[in-house]
Amino acid sequence: MLFGYEWDLSSPLAFALSILPILLTGMIVTIQATVLGFFVALVLGLIWAVLKSAPSRFIAWPARVVTEFIRDTPLLVQLFFLYYVLPEFGIVLPAFLTGALALGIQYSAYTSEVYRAGIEAVGADQREAARALNFSGTHTFTHVVVPQAIPRIIPAMGNYLVSIMKDVPVLSVVTVLEMLNVAKIVGDRTFDYLVPLSMVGALYLIMTLVASAGVRLLDTWLPKQGIPLK
Amino acid sequence: MTDEPIIKFDKVIKRFGDLTVLNELDFEVKKGEKVSIIGPSGSGKSTVLRILMTLEGINGGVVTVNGEPLWHEKGPDGTLKPASEAHLHKMRAQLGMVFQQFNLFPHMTVLRNITEAPVKVLGLSKQEARQRAEELLELVGLADQAQKYPHQLSGGQQQRVGIARALAMRPNILLFDEPTSALDPELVGEVLNVIGKLAHEHDLTMLLVTHEMRFAREISDRVCFFDQGRIREEGAPEELFTDPSEERTREFLQAVLDS
Ligand SMILES: Nc1ncnc2c1ncn2[C@@H]1O[C@H](COP(=O)(O)OP(=O)(O)OP(=O)(O)O)[C@@H](O)[C@H]1O
Ligand SMILES: [Mg+2]
Repeated sequence: MLFGYEWDLSSPLAFALSILPILLTGMIVTIQATVLGFFVALVLGLIWAVLKSAPSRFIAWPARVVTEFIRDTPLLVQLFFLYYVLPEFGIVLPAFLTGALALGIQYSAYTSEVYRAGIEAVGADQREAARALNFSGTHTFTHVVVPQAIPRIIPAMGNYLVSIMKDVPVLSVVTVLEMLNVAKIVGDRTFDYLVPLSMVGALYLIMTLVASAGVRLLDTWLPKQGIPLK
Repeated sequence: MTDEPIIKFDKVIKRFGDLTVLNELDFEVKKGEKVSIIGPSGSGKSTVLRILMTLEGINGGVVTVNGEPLWHEKGPDGTLKPASEAHLHKMRAQLGMVFQQFNLFPHMTVLRNITEAPVKVLGLSKQEARQRAEELLELVGLADQAQKYPHQLSGGQQQRVGIARALAMRPNILLFDEPTSALDPELVGEVLNVIGKLAHEHDLTMLLVTHEMRFAREISDRVCFFDQGRIREEGAPEELFTDPSEERTREFLQAVLDS
């Protein structure tokens, strides 16, 4: 029994059906961690991108070093760091929050590059038109550059959303009860790993297909607003 | 047209790395004057406009617009120091530019392209800006296209929006950098028509870089032939086009008219 659901070992099909609610409980955690991690990656990545393109070297350079460092160290190391080291400084976060934060931080290094490429792809001609019309720097960024960068970055961001989702099982090492962890517990108790693990694979496939379809939908819908993607 | 210069280049130097594009250029335009700039590729025609639009800084000399230095500010002791962004912002209000590639904002409707700056920069109400935009769209013959996006328009229509957008800021000086070069031949006429209409505006000073010699001849008070970052020859269009005194001008005109 797990989360109040009994399993039925009479046949593989009955077993699969009986543990489905258990796995779905884990899947909800997986989705929550993905969404929170992605949100952190989007916000923090934008901050990195702005800092990295700052006119002052004293801001841009450290930001580059930090993101490079994040990118070049494994997710697991960062996760352990947050989980075991932060409490030594009196910061104790629940395992789920720590995990989602670690995912978000890791991926912020990648999303910052996506933002940067998206922003740079908005041509000098657009900035010059804005300058000729006497727009402020801030207005140019928020009303000319960002709206045109968004449709360019959506496909790449969509890929990272799927990647984050596939990295969530890493959080199981700090006791987060995401889908794979739940399946493993079911396997440990029933000595049948084949059914729960196969189901995790299938459920993952469904999740990533849905996420990709959503991104593609957004992608085909946005350029109609008149933004050329070249 | 009065005699007082609204634009003055005084020994202006502009370099890109080792390349000296403007070499102590002296150049004046009077208030209300319509001046065409012609010349071979790379002679610095766009650079002159881009310096005026503050898209490109200078390496020497002084540019004056309406009696005030553009790229400099007068310090308390009367000496010139490099202009601050605030000074450039103030000076830019007198100028407008029409770009070769239109440079419309692709994510904004035609109306929004025209009203954005009047609302956000000049502080007009949406209502006022909209009314101004509608009048300008009428002027450029696009009254029924306000809700379209730039990519839904032809090149000629886009450029006319570009002109309306620049005019919406009510500049004293309007700069055109080869406004018809990016257009299919059959669309050139509609844009030249609009520019020709503006040429009748008494107060508007116009600076037009163009390869349309016949048009330049029709609308200009004066034509300047640029060559290697200097004005090689200038004069009334009738003189310069029919009887240039410089050999270089003659060669250039010959080459353009042959093509
Ligand atoms: N940003 C830049 N960096 C380096 N060189 C530049 C830059 N902008 C212009 N130049 C060079 O300066 C010279 C003058 O350029 P400019 O654009 O003013 O010429 P132009 O007379 O407008 O020519 P065209 O008829 O081809 O438009 C050219 O040799 C050009 O290559
Ligand atoms: Mg040019």
